[in-house]
Amino acid sequence: MERRAFLNISSLALGTMLLPAFGRAIAAEELLAPVALQFKKMLADTAMTAATQAGASYCDVRVGRYLNQFITTRDLNVENVVNTESAGVGVRVIAGGAYGFAATNDMTPDGVAAAARQAVAIAKANARLQTEPVQLAPVKGVGEVSWATPIVKDWRTVPIKEKADLLIAANKAGMDGGASFMQSLLFQVNQQKYFASTDGSYIDQDLHRLWMPVFATAVDKKTNKFRSRQGLSAPVGMGYEYLDARPEHKIKAAGGVTTLYTGSYDLIEDARAAGKQAKQKLTAKSVEPGKYDLVLSPEHLWLTIHESVGHPTELDRVLGYEANFAGTSFATLDKWQSKKFKYGADIVNIVADKTTPGSLANVGYDDEGVKCKRWDIIKDGILVNYQATRDQAHIIGEKESHGCSYADNWSSVQFQRMPNVSLQAGKKKMTPDEMIKDVKKGIYIVGDGSFSIDQQRYNFQFGGQLFYEIKNGKIGQMLEDVAYQSNTQEFWNACAGICDERDWRMGGSFFDGKGQPSQSSVVSHGASTTRFNGINVINTARKIG
Amino acid sequence: MKNLSQEETKRICDKVLSLTKADQCEVNLSGSRTGNIRYARNAVSTAGLIEDTQLVVSVAFGKKQGIATINELDDKSLEKAVRRAEDLARLAPENPEFMPTPGKQQYKASETFFQKTADIDPEFRAQVAAYSIENSKKNKLVAAGFFTDTSKFTAIANSNGVFGFQRDTGLDFSVTVRTEDGRGSGWAKRSVGDASKFDAREASNVAIEKALRSVEAKALEPGRYTVILEPAATSDLLAYMFSGFDARQADEGRSFLSKKGGGNRMGEKLFDEQVNVWADPWDKNVAVLPWDNGSMLAREHQELIKNGKINALNYSTYWAKKQGKRAIGAPGNIIMAGTDKSTEELIANTKKGVLVTRTWYIRMVDPQSVLLTGLTRDGTFYIENGKIKHPIKNFRFNESPVSMLNNIDELGKPEILSGDESDYQLLIPAMRVRDFNFTSLSDAV
Repeated sequence: MERRAFLNISSLALGTMLLPAFGRAIAAEELLAPVALQFKKMLADTAMTAATQAGASYCDVRVGRYLNQFITTRDLNVENVVNTESAGVGVRVIAGGAYGFAATNDMTPDGVAAAARQAVAIAKANARLQTEPVQLAPVKGVGEVSWATPIVKDWRTVPIKEKADLLIAANKAGMDGGASFMQSLLFQVNQQKYFASTDGSYIDQDLHRLWMPVFATAVDKKTNKFRSRQGLSAPVGMGYEYLDARPEHKIKAAGGVTTLYTGSYDLIEDARAAGKQAKQKLTAKSVEPGKYDLVLSPEHLWLTIHESVGHPTELDRVLGYEANFAGTSFATLDKWQSKKFKYGADIVNIVADKTTPGSLANVGYDDEGVKCKRWDIIKDGILVNYQATRDQAHIIGEKESHGCSYADNWSSVQFQRMPNVSLQAGKKKMTPDEMIKDVKKGIYIVGDGSFSIDQQRYNFQFGGQLFYEIKNGKIGQMLEDVAYQSNTQEFWNACAGICDERDWRMGGSFFDGKGQPSQSSVVSHGASTTRFNGINVINTARKIG
Repeated sequence: MKNLSQEETKRICDKVLSLTKADQCEVNLSGSRTGNIRYARNAVSTAGLIEDTQLVVSVAFGKKQGIATINELDDKSLEKAVRRAEDLARLAPENPEFMPTPGKQQYKASETFFQKTADIDPEFRAQVAAYSIENSKKNKLVAAGFFTDTSKFTAIANSNGVFGFQRDTGLDFSVTVRTEDGRGSGWAKRSVGDASKFDAREASNVAIEKALRSVEAKALEPGRYTVILEPAATSDLLAYMFSGFDARQADEGRSFLSKKGGGNRMGEKLFDEQVNVWADPWDKNVAVLPWDNGSMLAREHQELIKNGKINALNYSTYWAKKQGKRAIGAPGNIIMAGTDKSTEELIANTKKGVLVTRTWYIRMVDPQSVLLTGLTRDGTFYIENGKIKHPIKNFRFNESPVSMLNNIDELGKPEILSGDESDYQLLIPAMRVRDFNFTSLSDAV
């Protein structure tokens, strides 16, 4: 997850208001008018012509218009409503066997042609320092096509007052539930992305995403103690209909300890529960450190999957391109080549997928014009593949890209980013309550908390939102001060049970950070409730002066 | 980017202010030119130049506020930005905590602009990468690094007579050098405003030396150790802690600085007496703008921790008014007092301990105690009888910077850093600290 962005978001829970600033602010009535398709095609053709005339052997052009709306509330106040727009053109070329990239917000033929020529000049300058030429896996041009996130209700058509009222009602419910302070936010994204390349593709995409974080904090001034509980929603690649809560999308967590959500989300109900549970945390039992069997809900496990499987199987990280920032990976090529590397227990099957509806990374085509697909990363516990882009496919002996290229803005260069990486549901019929029946000494964890992993993705530590003792097959009292530490390979080999597809759902992040300069990506991770045996749990309670 | 002069920015700000019919208006106008070069596997992977300008207009009708941002500066665009901000303000609900824009401020210029940094060109950047790659290759090592330089201007103005203009420059360089077999890794980082104070060879050689020394690391049992933390190892821990120096959080009971029964811990001794920390926009080493862009209030020299006691907290204008305090601009830098002692001298005074080059992936585990977790990385060594004895495997730690600053044995010479996880400019010393809590081993090199 993006580190600075995470700090910004998490600090909201502590009372500091930091607004994302993504671009030009626009009036509401301008949100729905798209840029004309023919205009985008003309700009793309102009850039490609200029690039090839300047000596490029390949050129792709991304014409982007990014619309966002952020509504931030604290207790019963709306703190801010911000509409932003950012529009411009990014041109990537290969010349002399090297990449070059330039971007401009000057959306005139002269402006994009100049950017294309600049990209070629940069490529030629880089070519002198190149050790081997860029080798792109072939992509057949798809002609003029379009793709859109399947949505029912466009957030741009929902009145601001209606959204603000919903957030305020959620804050009120949280305070009624027991919170001393509440914050709730609504992030709404629409990316209008047009991609064209000298391969013969002209792809128009219209993407929609939503995120609605909630933070409840309870304070006991007598003991000088405070505790918080964050919302249990998932950020989604859906329309505003996600916030129209439907009864069939509500499920009870194991032991009925809280309500969880699938295809839609009841913000007010969850905020009320957050307030109540934040207060309960003030008097919860501090955990006894030791080895426990962990039963992890998908609302928690998505983040563990993200850090311990998603990132180490990024091919650019394996090869060393992230060595100076996010690090490298223990999942080296020799392990993959052996076809025997036991990443997890036999029941562990992890799939990369950019096609799951409702997921954050769900698009029709990636930022290299590659049609999105699904493939295995870990099959029956064995590492079988990585995540690759066009320039990486040949390294792992593949003839086509996995479609993993993404840029977070028209002004950013596209590079290898994580698709949705998900743990497949168990094949044996099992509910979370049935899973817990067999656990003698364990902890049930719901929701994601603190997270940290080393630069090769071996050693990690995770917290959570809600912790419940499991004793002799039954959910017991609420626990506090829980974090677990493990080694990635040991952890996934300790996987002892996965609930079936009835329990499968996704979590995700709006801010997955990588690259220098750093870019943020969106990604979802699915799982069913999963059991891991004999994991080391530490007690995180400390006293200071 | 058109490098606008003070007069040009003043004209644009005045024009914007004259266009609105709102009760109040704030303008923030900036422009930047940011260059970069990235390399890995001993070859350049990307290079680029981003130029941009930004105009932010914030208006308010009563307690209803709207904000619009645009990156075109012709008269039509200025008017468009103002109208959009007014539209949003009319749509926005009233915010009971809305505060009026501040009155005229005295902004005493700080030395943030250096022509040599503004003059950095693609050849300069390529040469930085070349020094690093060539020296690494000579030593049969693999380099990965990133260099970025920025030159920008900022102007602020409001309808109560505030106007400020200043230029600033900066550069950041980080390099990770690994052995070909992946058993050793070293790292160095430099962040300065003035390019004449930057030496890419020197920084790369530090990373090269650490990479060579770090192979064949031995495992040391996790536990509490005396540690020598180089400045980069504490930069993000301290930045986390200082981001919590907020008066409102403390007063409301949700901070490590909250007082039992209510109120905050101002004046209490929370740290070792050697701990003295201040913010100073005019410090020659880590100069920052003399105002805080968010509030438009002037920054001041602020003693944050004095002889181990909490001496100042940040007040927003709203909270300051409510609590009867004076609000000033939030700090942009953090400076901690040290000594003239080199890291080698700290090592020489250590009987048994661990030297930590840097820390990584730091996250808050418990805000009640500022308990942070993270790992050591790129050069962790065992010290015995005043000398580095051998490299050791990396550790995960679970430690609070409050405890860390209570357990200081000795301080070293402060160094300039920009934190990976914060926007503060930092000037902090190496520290020798007792009982630092390593909780598990990491196999990562």
